[in-house]
Amino acid sequence: MLEHLPALQVVLPLVAAPLIVLARHRGFAWLATTAVSYLCLVIAILLASRVMEGGAVSYAIGNWPPPWGIEYRVDALSSFVLVLVALTASFVAPYAHRSIAAEVPAERHYILYAMYCLCLAGLLGITITGDAFNVFVFLEISSLAMYVLIALGKRRKALVAAYQYMLMGTVGATFYVIGVGLLYLMTGTLNLADMAERLRAVEDVRPVLAALAFITVGIGLKLALFPLHQWLPNAYAYAPSMVTAFLAATATKVSVYVLLRFYFGVFDPSALFERLPMREVFIALSVAAMLSASLVAFYEQDVKRLFAWSSVAQIGYITLGIGLDNQASLTGSITHLLNHGVTKGAIFVLLGAVALRSGAISVSVASLSGLGRRMPLTAFGLVIAGLSLVGIPGTAGFISKWYLIVGALERGMWWVVAVIVGASIIAVGYVWRVVEAAYLHPAQGATPVRHEAPAGMLAAALGMVILCVYFGIETSFSVGAARDAALLLLGGAR
Amino acid sequence: MSAITGHFSYWVTVFLMVAGLYIIISRTNLLKKLIGLAILQTSVYLLYIAPGKLIGGTAPIIADGFSSYSNPLPHVLILTAIVVGVATLALGLALVVRIREAYGTIEEDEILGQED
Amino acid sequence: MKDDIILRVVAKLLMPFMLVFALYVQFHGDYGPGGGFQAGVIAAAAIIFYAIIFGLAAGQVLAPDWLVETMLAAGVLLYAGVGLAGIALGGNYLDYFVLDADSVTGQHRGIFWVEAGVGCTVAGVMLKLFYMFAGRSRDAEDA
Repeated sequence: MLEHLPALQVVLPLVAAPLIVLARHRGFAWLATTAVSYLCLVIAILLASRVMEGGAVSYAIGNWPPPWGIEYRVDALSSFVLVLVALTASFVAPYAHRSIAAEVPAERHYILYAMYCLCLAGLLGITITGDAFNVFVFLEISSLAMYVLIALGKRRKALVAAYQYMLMGTVGATFYVIGVGLLYLMTGTLNLADMAERLRAVEDVRPVLAALAFITVGIGLKLALFPLHQWLPNAYAYAPSMVTAFLAATATKVSVYVLLRFYFGVFDPSALFERLPMREVFIALSVAAMLSASLVAFYEQDVKRLFAWSSVAQIGYITLGIGLDNQASLTGSITHLLNHGVTKGAIFVLLGAVALRSGAISVSVASLSGLGRRMPLTAFGLVIAGLSLVGIPGTAGFISKWYLIVGALERGMWWVVAVIVGASIIAVGYVWRVVEAAYLHPAQGATPVRHEAPAGMLAAALGMVILCVYFGIETSFSVGAARDAALLLLGGAR
Repeated sequence: MSAITGHFSYWVTVFLMVAGLYIIISRTNLLKKLIGLAILQTSVYLLYIAPGKLIGGTAPIIADGFSSYSNPLPHVLILTAIVVGVATLALGLALVVRIREAYGTIEEDEILGQED
Repeated sequence: MKDDIILRVVAKLLMPFMLVFALYVQFHGDYGPGGGFQAGVIAAAAIIFYAIIFGLAAGQVLAPDWLVETMLAAGVLLYAGVGLAGIALGGNYLDYFVLDADSVTGQHRGIFWVEAGVGCTVAGVMLKLFYMFAGRSRDAEDA
């Protein structure tokens, strides 16, 4: 059974979804989802430990050897992202029970859990596969499930947000397929490792550059790269709280993984980055994202939208690392995948608890007044997670920003360091608004009664908050794995 | 001249691609946007399948006397892509139906203009 | 439409041929154009054809809601089951070589069952889509 782990990683949630549809029972759906999430986490950790000991793991689907068959490949980078996705799913799934009951009509619960399992299967599949077209198939599986999940939100604006995301996301996936098609025409293979080898022999480079452009724009739409980020604030704000928590931590991160895999694992970075100004483009777009999105977040009234815009800015940090293109900055980017995933996941889980207790659909900054009295543990969790978002030393956010600053200094780009610090200062601004409302504003109406979040939700939320601090202090896994992944990418080794 | 006739399928692909994108961007009716999306996806099918047919190649079943076979792999890929396109279209139409029930209109500017 | 005698008679004549054609397309997928997806759509089209002419309620007597949802899920489980059978018999996931002593027959068997699963799911999906769209209330419609 152990040698089949790569296949089981994807098959387990994929099989759970039709079982949930057949059973049509809310309780069974939640139990199956939670069980599958935990099993996926166990499998991801087992695979990660195997990779750390013995190097990359390769699994041939259908026993057709690569490059003719589809290959599932687990190496340093993909095992890192697998653990991130499975970890998020394990934290969010058990907490979902109470949150969903308040936000989604009861007869739709089993659909939500089935879509959640499909989305999980798709995200894990994107990460683990080594075949370019298989990435597209899993990308669309997860994306279609995400559109349905978002559309299940309570307000009617959730439908419009889901439609907008569907339109932009499908255009992005189509662009990605066009890029893969051009690469297939030039190399004759779809296996990523084989494609990388054959690309070195290609003489006429123009279709390859076109493919690079198409794949960049296509994946950029999926990862909300500025200015292709328009769908993200609406989608995160109007989806059910548990869905937002899951998506914020995983959806864009997996798309970043695809970008990293193609840029450094398929295309020859030195040859292509010299022909096209990709580094400058990425740095410019990232700087624009970090500054403008942080400023918009500062002025937002709806807390979920505030943190959604904050996500756009944080994705700017990740793509900045790609643009700087040296080992330190890539380590920072990959570490930030995990750190931001855990931080934002914690924040949205806590906001879900706030929404559950307040009974309102959306959470405005004004409605957070007196949160420190009403829900002290939740408010405390928000403070810690907010500190991690800003990047205070001792929290996870600091680690990744530190590596990004080191990478920028190695390139001699002082102004980038100034932008990183400046965006973090603006982040202090909007986190302070939330903290101020929670602790310093008196509650509206009568004296607040202490009505903490339900125990299950609180446990999951505080677990993620503890991870924020843990990954800020004990960095051997996060930075170690990220450094291995960065070396793998830069070395071009497979 | 051969730049046009030799690459006829690519010209059609690019035309459909750009037409689909233009419809998505310029039309405010949600259904028309979906039609533009379908046209964009159709151009991708053509991009994959047209180069798969080799001039002088026969059907991809091994037979004596033939050395050049057309490529069957793009057809398999596009079957999958067509299914994905159908699923996306179905989901989009279902969303449009629900939006129509919730907002009373399917014009994007009217929807965005309505208060929550 | 069920009052028009030509439509009624032609529908009842055509439906069995449509269903048999769907089965033909299903099983000839590895020798010619066809396979699970096309066959599922044709089979669903036969029932949708019936439902359009005789009314949605009559169509739902033929293919009730619970059957359609079960077909949806069962097809996916059949496909995944073939993959897991590959693991159980000693090969990898979706390994067709181990499904029979002769590897070519194994391939044939694997493709057969996998396509059956696909056809089942696709027919279920198409019918479910038709039921959902046709079943919505018509009084909100304008001309």
